[in-house]
Amino acid sequence: MTEQQLFEMGGMEHLFSERAMRGETMVLNMGPQHPSTHGVLRLVLELDGEIVQNCVPDIGFLHTGVEKNMEGKTYQKAEVMTDRLDYMNTIGNNLVYCMAVEKLCDLDVPPRAQGIRVILAELQRIASHLLWLGTSALDLAAMSVFLYAMREREMIMDIFELVSGQRMMTTYIRPGGLWRDVPVEFEQTVREFIRILPKRIDEYESLLTKNPLFIERTIGIGKISVEDCIRWGVTGPVLRGSGMGFDLRKVHPYMGYEQYDFNIPTETGGDINARYKVRVQEMRESIRIVEQALDKLPLGPVRSNNRKYVPPPRSEIGTSMEALIHHFKLWTEGFTPPVGSVYAVTESPRGELGCFLESDGSPKPYRVHFKTPSFTNLQIMPLLSKGHFVADLVGIIGSIDIVLGDTDR
Amino acid sequence: MHESYQPAVSALQRRFGAELREFRDEITLLVEPDHWIDAATALRDEFGFNSLEGITAVDYWPQQTPRFHIIAHIYSFSIHKTIILRVPLNGNSPTLPTLETVFPNANWHEREVWDMFGIRFEGHGDLRRILMPQDWQGHPQRKDYPLGYEEVQFTFNFDKISLKKPAPRE
Amino acid sequence: MGVEQKAGNLGIVTTTLEQAVNWSRTNSMWPMLFGLACCAIEMMAAQSASYDLSRFGMELMRPSPRQSDLMIVAGRVSRKMAPVLRNLYDQMPDPKWVIAMGDCAACGGVFNNYAIMQGVDEVVPVDVYIAGCPPRPEGLIHGIITLHEKVRKEKIHTWK
Repeated sequence: MTEQQLFEMGGMEHLFSERAMRGETMVLNMGPQHPSTHGVLRLVLELDGEIVQNCVPDIGFLHTGVEKNMEGKTYQKAEVMTDRLDYMNTIGNNLVYCMAVEKLCDLDVPPRAQGIRVILAELQRIASHLLWLGTSALDLAAMSVFLYAMREREMIMDIFELVSGQRMMTTYIRPGGLWRDVPVEFEQTVREFIRILPKRIDEYESLLTKNPLFIERTIGIGKISVEDCIRWGVTGPVLRGSGMGFDLRKVHPYMGYEQYDFNIPTETGGDINARYKVRVQEMRESIRIVEQALDKLPLGPVRSNNRKYVPPPRSEIGTSMEALIHHFKLWTEGFTPPVGSVYAVTESPRGELGCFLESDGSPKPYRVHFKTPSFTNLQIMPLLSKGHFVADLVGIIGSIDIVLGDTDR
Repeated sequence: MHESYQPAVSALQRRFGAELREFRDEITLLVEPDHWIDAATALRDEFGFNSLEGITAVDYWPQQTPRFHIIAHIYSFSIHKTIILRVPLNGNSPTLPTLETVFPNANWHEREVWDMFGIRFEGHGDLRRILMPQDWQGHPQRKDYPLGYEEVQFTFNFDKISLKKPAPRE
Repeated sequence: MGVEQKAGNLGIVTTTLEQAVNWSRTNSMWPMLFGLACCAIEMMAAQSASYDLSRFGMELMRPSPRQSDLMIVAGRVSRKMAPVLRNLYDQMPDPKWVIAMGDCAACGGVFNNYAIMQGVDEVVPVDVYIAGCPPRPEGLIHGIITLHEKVRKEKIHTWK
């Protein structure tokens, strides 16, 4: 290889075969700006004609330094940064951080707050899967699905705006409960939405599932077995599409998921088509969960009463001196949790999302680390793409469902 | 502590002198760096903890012994429980054998710990920076690395900060 | 009495060269796909059916810099991504404009640390800044209309 080509590889020569060094196979850079890499992901491919021999992902183009930045802010203020990690699952990120803080401080969450958290998390799951469906079908050249999916997503964004004032980065879920109670139109709006959604999902399925072009491009491509998934620590729809029905909402239930009746969709194909079917079915199961949660939603407070950690509602401040003092201390200094480290997990639409929190007794977190599903799942890219065409690569990246904010943090 | 943990925990305590810590229903075992690989292999082969969830690190600067703790979360799909292994490391550029031979997905996690904390993993196939650019100096998440904060530009210091801000040509 | 009155019924319109060229530049400005993070999702929402961008002539997002006039930097730019951004800007042919969408592209946003560039105007010259985290699709459309007004006011001697 010439001098110039070696320079471009930037220290990755040891990952490519001898044939690439001799020039027999071509090393191609699928750069950070590309219409179908779902964000700024760089893939360096070794191609023999059009067949991929090796694929090396290069990440870090969206590294934000969130973990270090959160160490300089108090627990409540640091939560603002968690929204922006996995920007398709903003409610889920808030939820996992708040679960970690609540586990550390041993805070109780009232049942009404738990129910509303479940409703919002499932709506967020539906929104994330809708965008996944739109963009990955767009990659496989089914362009109208994108516009239809965004139409439904706008309705979910309207619900989030009704509840918190913001379409995406809501920061609505706070440690100890919620920011404030939902307005009165909430239940009716959500019920109206879940009434029309099943027919819309049928519409998408009628466009894609039996479409011969879609079937040609997705069956048998990007296969992974259950043993490989466990070895590589892959969770989420990729694991469920390969055969193991493992979902953290059933195995380690949190926020009251054990009281809702829902199934875990599992397929055995292990390829792109299986993962597509798993995610579409998950949307239907989420609708069931939202309906049951709305039916079972109790009345009551939405914030914990533990005033050492949770600020009092504004109405109390005018009448009670202690509430005023607690409010002052909590917003100027922050709360002081016990010393120790915890790890809280939730099921995000991509897999297992975990938050590791270590505190040394000060009001600022000593170390926050997010175990994100996209970072773990992206490692299987070389395994999945060996022997396939470049055109299949696009479908494979879409089916793993990565979000680069999640990967790079 | 749940009784399904008991065989694994007592075996590790007996063989490697691991120290047990329990906090909020989580089991943490502190092992020495020499027994790190053996403990992980024993957990995977004999007790069914077959999946690595993640590897991360904590920096306790200015305390030097130990300065870092490496933390690995290992999960068992059969009994649905997590065991956390912690390894204390001293000094400013410590090394540790790699966990890649035991769990293949430790590859990227260890690269991230190298990039962010400067802890070398011996035997790793591909130890280069993963999140920062290749020619970056320093290890950002250490406590003695500055945050890189830029002062907020108000009217009283507007010109002072404008002079320092880089501007593009053309 | 001018040419307009005499030629009005024939379907002839008179204007200056400046106005004609500026009008044509604004009415079919093709944006380049440069969505990085969360603001990219709002950019995609602005393109879809509810807040339609194709009424401004922008339904096509060209992935290739050689075929686009407008670069909407949507999202946070990290230090590793900065050379790539400048490279793409240099590859765009003149005339070109840049919109910095969102707080992170305008000034670094929530993230004031070692990894994020504090404002994309450290590497490329920016024409319009749009605030918001992320800005609503209506905010993006307002920014695009502001850019159109700016382009309409350009004079011949400032053309590139």
